[in-house]
Amino acid sequence: MVVCDIIFYHMTIDLKTVKHISKLARISLEEKKAEKLADDMNSIFEFIEKLNKLKTENVEPLTSIAETTLRFREDKITSDNIREKILKNSPEKNDDFFVVPKVVE
Amino acid sequence: MTDITSLSLFELIKNIKEKKISSNEAAKSFVDRSQKSKKLNAYVTENFENCLKLSKEFDNKPNYDLKLPGIPIAVKDLFCTNEVRTTAGSNILNNFVPSYESTVTQNIWNEGGILLGKLNCDEFAMGSSNETSFFGNVQNPIAKDLVPGGSSGGSSSALAANLTPVTIGTDTGGSIRQPASFTGTVGLKPTYGSCSRYGIVAFASSLDQAGPMSKDVKDSSILLEVISSFDKKDSTSIDFKRNNYSSELTRNIKGIKIGIPKEYRVDGMPDEVENLWKKGIEYAKDCGAEIIDISLPHTSYALPTYYIVAPAEASSNLARYDGVKYGLRSSGESLIDMYEKTRSEGFGEEVKRRIMIGTYVLSSGYYDAYYLKAQKVRQLIKKDFDEAYNKVDAILTPSTPSSAFKIGEKSNDPVSMYLNDIFTVPVNLAGLPGISIPAGKDKNNYPLGLQIIGKPFDEQTVLNIAYSMEEKINYKNNITDWWME
Repeated sequence: MVVCDIIFYHMTIDLKTVKHISKLARISLEEKKAEKLADDMNSIFEFIEKLNKLKTENVEPLTSIAETTLRFREDKITSDNIREKILKNSPEKNDDFFVVPKVVE
Repeated sequence: MTDITSLSLFELIKNIKEKKISSNEAAKSFVDRSQKSKKLNAYVTENFENCLKLSKEFDNKPNYDLKLPGIPIAVKDLFCTNEVRTTAGSNILNNFVPSYESTVTQNIWNEGGILLGKLNCDEFAMGSSNETSFFGNVQNPIAKDLVPGGSSGGSSSALAANLTPVTIGTDTGGSIRQPASFTGTVGLKPTYGSCSRYGIVAFASSLDQAGPMSKDVKDSSILLEVISSFDKKDSTSIDFKRNNYSSELTRNIKGIKIGIPKEYRVDGMPDEVENLWKKGIEYAKDCGAEIIDISLPHTSYALPTYYIVAPAEASSNLARYDGVKYGLRSSGESLIDMYEKTRSEGFGEEVKRRIMIGTYVLSSGYYDAYYLKAQKVRQLIKKDFDEAYNKVDAILTPSTPSSAFKIGEKSNDPVSMYLNDIFTVPVNLAGLPGISIPAGKDKNNYPLGLQIIGKPFDEQTVLNIAYSMEEKINYKNNITDWWME
């Protein structure tokens, strides 16, 4: 596989982008905070863009430091029945189920 | 006899085995001192009553063959503890009570350790000063209004203040070694894959690693021996032959080759740190080591690489906090609205910032430019170390570019905060073991640390060099108990 090396240039992250990203990240954002966040992200990306100076066309990406192949385990239940304990952490109480806001009309 | 809380772990174990101190007496001493030290804000959750009860049970049926016989230990609140609240320093997990135990803490209880409490940390371990915790700042026992480092800041503070004989932290970019350096204590980040990540609240999975924090090197070797294990529950746990780190510990490091990387001499590094490093080199020579100049050419790219890789992994890992099955839930009109409000109210500013960076670098059209690029540079950084290790057995550097700073001093400038981890981050990117040992003090009398980096799985050499140098350095913390009334 040939992976092209893409040179990226520092683009200012504007308010519109910040709002789009916050949608993707499922974090609601107030207008004022969005502006501060855009500033912070820009200063962080300015610092990150240093990587542009390096040529990496022929470098294999390092995806995992542990050079092991993932192990498989048997598809077997290993824990006790902890159903009640798990439901106890549920933010909205119900004896048998997790409860969420209505998703279908 | 001397105060129980000032004993090293080794001495405490010895006294308990010789029946000079009971487990309950030890527990009482640490509980009592912890209760008088609330101003440090080191604990998020206390387990004092239960600890006292369990210590009595140990004394009624003692087992002195265990490696930590009846020893009370407080741990970073990033380790899931069965039936004991685990918050990761976050509002979103404020009321989370795990139904399972992390492997690392289970290993400690299996050897006789008793949970004393859960220690404060930066929210989801994202921070270098413990200022991002939902549960507030932690004081460094060295001086008032000084940060204890982070993210394992509650751990370093509790340890330096003698609230726990040893502790464990986690280290993704320096979170064990930097707080150890800031508090005049010892902190070891093992090789990636040594200690199981099972049950540790995940931050950046390819970098996270648990490790011991202690008052001296020998104690770290004892605790590492307990917590390092192959674990099927962690898919990246590595099955290698682990040493008996404490019994194999030796000060004889004659002929060991230690590399000095010229790239760690960074711009703006205070003279004190530079001088400490020079002194460290002399100590290493005195110990019988051979000093060799080496080059790690990609060092300056480590921090930018880290600030792509870590937030990217964090944004995926933290996607699970949606308010559905556990943790905080804010009310919303629809499911999506509920998610967005929960995550907005549940996460603090730094965590949100990192999720946003991570989401951005992984988003469509940017993946190759950022994440893939960072993974390639990570390869180059690892290769630097591989090549250096053809010539040397270990590497000596400063632990941090400065000593501890004041609370509030850097909290408004994320980049200057990130620069704290400049010497520790490359070690995580390459998956290597690294230790910070206290090596001197700056003009304010604040501790400064030296870092020893080893070959993969060669914790023993790292510990031996540290053990040998520790004797020559002969560092002593001067803690005045200023926080007590």
